[in-house]
Amino acid sequence: MTETAIQFEHVRKSFGNEVVIPDLNFKINQGEFITILGSSGCGKTTTLKMVNGLLKPSAGKIMVNSQQISELDLVRLRRHTGYVVQQIGLFPHITVAENIAVVPRMLQWDQEAIKQRVDELLTLVQLAPAEYRDRYPKQLSGGQQQRVGVARALAANPPTVLFDEPFGALDALTREKLQEEIKQIHTALQGKTFLFVTHDINEALFLGQRVMVMKDGRIEQFATPTEIVSHPATNFVRELLGTVQQNQALWRDFND
Amino acid sequence: MIDYWQQNSAEMLIDVQQHLVMVGLSLAFALVIAILLVAIFLRAKRWLAGLVYFFSLLYSIPSFAFFVLLLPLFGLGMQTAVVVLTIYCEYILLRSFITGIEAVDPQLVEVSLGMGMTNLQSFWRVQLPLAIPAIFSGIQVALASTMAMATIAATINAGGLGQLLFEGLQGQQVVPILWGTILTIGLTLGCAGIVGLIKWSLVHSWKQVVD
Repeated sequence: MTETAIQFEHVRKSFGNEVVIPDLNFKINQGEFITILGSSGCGKTTTLKMVNGLLKPSAGKIMVNSQQISELDLVRLRRHTGYVVQQIGLFPHITVAENIAVVPRMLQWDQEAIKQRVDELLTLVQLAPAEYRDRYPKQLSGGQQQRVGVARALAANPPTVLFDEPFGALDALTREKLQEEIKQIHTALQGKTFLFVTHDINEALFLGQRVMVMKDGRIEQFATPTEIVSHPATNFVRELLGTVQQNQALWRDFND
Repeated sequence: MIDYWQQNSAEMLIDVQQHLVMVGLSLAFALVIAILLVAIFLRAKRWLAGLVYFFSLLYSIPSFAFFVLLLPLFGLGMQTAVVVLTIYCEYILLRSFITGIEAVDPQLVEVSLGMGMTNLQSFWRVQLPLAIPAIFSGIQVALASTMAMATIAATINAGGLGQLLFEGLQGQQVVPILWGTILTIGLTLGCAGIVGLIKWSLVHSWKQVVD
């Protein structure tokens, strides 16, 4: 069960003269739910995009399922890696069902199998298939759109799913509901590796079995949420936790 | 007016037909070339910008001069006319295609690649369909300007409604000029309607939802 799903070895990434990630090393096991936490510009999205080859590392090795990415056919790799971004990621000119079917179609599943899969996934993300399959993305609320986004990423049953701040633009209530659902989905689907980028510390600690805290392209701490809360490794992590505590203090004041 | 029609209706209908063929062919060629150029140079923005610049230079050549300059190459008649009109269309179409395609949210393109589409699949399935409204406004402009410009092609024996205009000009008669103008306008409006219908059939399912 502890097979390595994703591994970074001395990965460096720079855009022009600007070094975003100086030297990144980590290992993610198959089936883990990992959150990457950091403020904007810390390199978390860059890290995610290097996993499916949207960005190429300037140096170092990236392994997915023990194969080096640079030697893989990227199109093939991506068709077997789910990808969820902010709600804008749905194609506005095709229906919900067609959006979900994009990857299965490219993999040339037959029509009946695709139809079945679409309904199955819509049910999984708690959207009634009969009601939603023929709608266009703009006819859904933000939360519903993001559910479709998740369903689409899971369509071809990929072993790894990448989430790039998928709930960033949602209101607090919807976000909380979706967080619970995504956690349940991860448990229900067993064995799928989820890599989830967020700048929300509560989200990161709630969802991640392990949390990777990043700052300036470096890992500050990569540990379980309990470990992070009880033994913050650096000042930055401590400061981050401080913001949560500050929040709690605020609520205590209100409650008094 | 009516008399003139009764006497010349057969010839006038041929003029209309020639005009239609001339404009239709030019638009069709320009359309295919524009799609190919954009598809090929999509990831090479500098080349594309260069091409637009090149066609803008050609576009600024006065049409009459252009017709005459190409005579030695393509001879008198419709062939030369179609070549010239295609080049004029190309500039308008290329411009509107590029604008339309660049207006497609880059994040959508990235997502499509992230899902495993090839560059070409991303172009056909995401960028082109989303750019259709902009592309069609380009086609409408190209259509109207080509319809008008095609009248000048009568000077190089390409036929078309320009013949009525020049007949009137030479014979100092108003009636053929009026007929030529009316028929050109009518033809343009009719074709614009058809183009509009094609656009509607392509985008009506999702466009009003998006707006």
